[in-house]
Amino acid sequence: MLFTTNLTDRIRSPQLRISERARGSGSPSLLLAILLILVVGTTIFVFAARLYPAPAPISRDAVLVDRQYNLTLYIAGVAFLLAQLGLAYTVVRFRDRGQKARFLRGNAGLEILWTSLTLFVFVGLGVLGRKAWADVRFTAPAAGAIQIEGTTSQFVYAFRYPGKDGKFGRIDPSFVSAPTGNPLGIDPKDPTGGDDIVASELIVPVNRPIELLLRSQDVVHNFFVRELRLQQDAMPGMIIPVHFTADHIGQYEIVCTQLCGLGHSNMHSLLRVVSQSEFEMFLNRQAIGP
Amino acid sequence: MALPGMFRRYVFSTDHKIIGLQYLFLSLAAVTIGLLLSLCMRFHLVWPAARLPFVTGGVMTPEQYLALVTMHGTIMVFFVLTTAPQSAFGNYFLPLQIGAMDMAFPRLNMLSFWLTLVAFLVTLSAFLVPGGAPISGWTAYPPLSGMGEITGPGEGAGQSLWIAGILIFCVGSLLGSINFISTTIDLRAPGLTLSRLPLTVWAWFVTAILSLLAFAVLFAGGILLALDRVAGTSFFLPAGLVLSGQLQTHGGGSPLLWQHLFWFFGHPEVYIAILPGMGVVSHILANFSRKPVFGYRAMVFALCAIGFLGFLVWGHHMFVSGMNPYSSLTFSMLTLSIGVPSAVKTFNWLGTLWGGKLQFQTPMLFALGFISFFVTGGLSGIFLAQPALDTSLHATYYVVAHFHIVMGVAAIFGIFAAIYYWFPKMFGRKMNKGLGQLHFWLTFAGVYAIFMPMHFVGLAGGIRRYADSSGASYLVSLQPLHNFMTIAAFITAGGQLLFFYNFFRSMKQGEVASANPWDATSLEWATSSPPPADNFAGQLPSVYRAPYEYSLPTAAQDFLPQHLQSEHDPAQEGRSC
Repeated sequence: MLFTTNLTDRIRSPQLRISERARGSGSPSLLLAILLILVVGTTIFVFAARLYPAPAPISRDAVLVDRQYNLTLYIAGVAFLLAQLGLAYTVVRFRDRGQKARFLRGNAGLEILWTSLTLFVFVGLGVLGRKAWADVRFTAPAAGAIQIEGTTSQFVYAFRYPGKDGKFGRIDPSFVSAPTGNPLGIDPKDPTGGDDIVASELIVPVNRPIELLLRSQDVVHNFFVRELRLQQDAMPGMIIPVHFTADHIGQYEIVCTQLCGLGHSNMHSLLRVVSQSEFEMFLNRQAIGP
Repeated sequence: MALPGMFRRYVFSTDHKIIGLQYLFLSLAAVTIGLLLSLCMRFHLVWPAARLPFVTGGVMTPEQYLALVTMHGTIMVFFVLTTAPQSAFGNYFLPLQIGAMDMAFPRLNMLSFWLTLVAFLVTLSAFLVPGGAPISGWTAYPPLSGMGEITGPGEGAGQSLWIAGILIFCVGSLLGSINFISTTIDLRAPGLTLSRLPLTVWAWFVTAILSLLAFAVLFAGGILLALDRVAGTSFFLPAGLVLSGQLQTHGGGSPLLWQHLFWFFGHPEVYIAILPGMGVVSHILANFSRKPVFGYRAMVFALCAIGFLGFLVWGHHMFVSGMNPYSSLTFSMLTLSIGVPSAVKTFNWLGTLWGGKLQFQTPMLFALGFISFFVTGGLSGIFLAQPALDTSLHATYYVVAHFHIVMGVAAIFGIFAAIYYWFPKMFGRKMNKGLGQLHFWLTFAGVYAIFMPMHFVGLAGGIRRYADSSGASYLVSLQPLHNFMTIAAFITAGGQLLFFYNFFRSMKQGEVASANPWDATSLEWATSSPPPADNFAGQLPSVYRAPYEYSLPTAAQDFLPQHLQSEHDPAQEGRSC
């Protein structure tokens, strides 16, 4: 039974095979090419027209990031265009029109060429992109940076300033008690903690380097400000320093991007970049107490 | 054995073909559920206040949304993208393509499937327990996932069931991968040297090695997480955690450790999902271009290189985690270098098409769609591979768009290509071509309509896993894009009905297929459709040549099956062995 099927299949004339296979081979190639051109065209249009732009950067580091982003965008864009349109061209050009396929197992020269070319482009991109990361993450903040501690917990941010003495009071989780006004657990016996200022928004002076020390009390959260191109998890058990210098006065949104529980989408705060005098007013006002 | 015949043959079967089909139907059930969950999410993102009949309380809460996020990801990654390309098609076609009667360990194979099914049911049951399914996402980062209900709804029994399901799944996958590796090494037909293996077999083989190494680590990590939850250990839980105002007693662990263990599995998992698709696409492109695969050797090296490098890049998921910034650059360079073998694959696919005689059968269309999505998703990856850029893209919809296109949709297109291509072999009948093509056009256009705009939502700062847009004022301006994507998602999902209709109708009423309906060369076509229980009716084939000998100038016809001894007169050759 099995044998018969095999045999009949084999002795069917080659002519019959060809006509069976060629059925409906013309229009799919054109339609596919048109769709590919449409996808490429629309994508390039939306990028070129800047329909959904990221907000303008507010730090020198963020400008560096954008420069690397643009370089990557051009390289990826050209590769995208060439690959998709190349695919479109190939399917139309080589659609079955009764021709014989060209027997070809490969082409060593060509393969070496495109392998080294992609290696050069991709790794080169990584080498160039190194700067935008290393400049920020491998360096300490500039001298005189203002230290602020950012603490996350389900689903709020708290920002602590060291106060007049320039020192943060000791934290002990056993003192954490939001109802009694000590949400961060500052040790009441530590004298350096008495003047610490705790705020729900991050207020920083313009053009001054800031070092933000990120902590989390419960689960993993995140600190993301689009305009700074800065995103950093707050990891329980760790204090993670990040630094930035905002050079535009304004209000920017801080959002949590690390899934942290049912209130994740409402975990939100503001970064207020203010003038130096306004910043000092804020510190004084907080020091006196509300 | 005392089991009744039917039961033994179709339910507790040790036949790799039946097991392959069981895996396939399991993944079809899973993909249906996963898709419905995603539609609920898309619906909620556009009409958050709508009253829904199947939601407890009428209006979907944020925790219910997050439960959908978790379960959609889990079901799709484990029970669709791991199950269908590797376990379903690998099981059915690997023994056929190497000329074997079965897998090396048929009973182990049956056990793998039943464990996977149990894992699926256990995972799904998380929906039914008080508190509902877990809300910690498919990545289950502790402390959120490690402390029980105190961190949120769904984190009690739901999260425990989730972990149990994943652990069972790991065992099934580990047993399966041992089987795949042994079978490929030991059971190849005479003459079937490694350089004559179809690229599908290479892909399943490399994927099995990845599964063996990756699922072992996930299994270990999962056990540790379960111990943190139930046995009071603190592998992933540091001291000083305060939840609901209460100081917790854990101490000494590191949440970052879980991320390392998870992504050491999680990144190779991406390749576990996509490599079999690459094999299938190469196989199908050669068949319908009537040409050998361009640069076969380079294709094998690229598969191996992707598999190997896939183990060295897990840190690119953790650029913002607080990991040492120096290691970020190392991970970044290694990640970008995966672009090289990936580009080699793409170039060689185009090289296979170039100069061919392209026949746009449904499997061919899906294979071409795979290439398009692989290119798009691969290129969006070179942004994310750079830590400096990832710091504004991480956890935005840009990432969601990227991995859905490159590992979700591309892999699904590989699955569709495989189903349309091998359906005649599996069921002895062809699927309807017109319906198949319509399904392709709808899905191809629909997927781009869903996921291209999603990149722009992410670039503008739209955050993933947000149940609503109330968190930040700028999110509101992205709503029109969300509306568009939701409409596209519903239309595309509707298009999948065409596939299911075509699939089940063709099983009974499709045009009867011959043994080799696509004029193909590899061994699965050297037996009847469907094959007999022992695959080759007692006469195991021998192999005489490379797998993709199409349009050989010296041959009488444009394809030369691997098992034929002579180039010239296949009809007289009969079954050579």
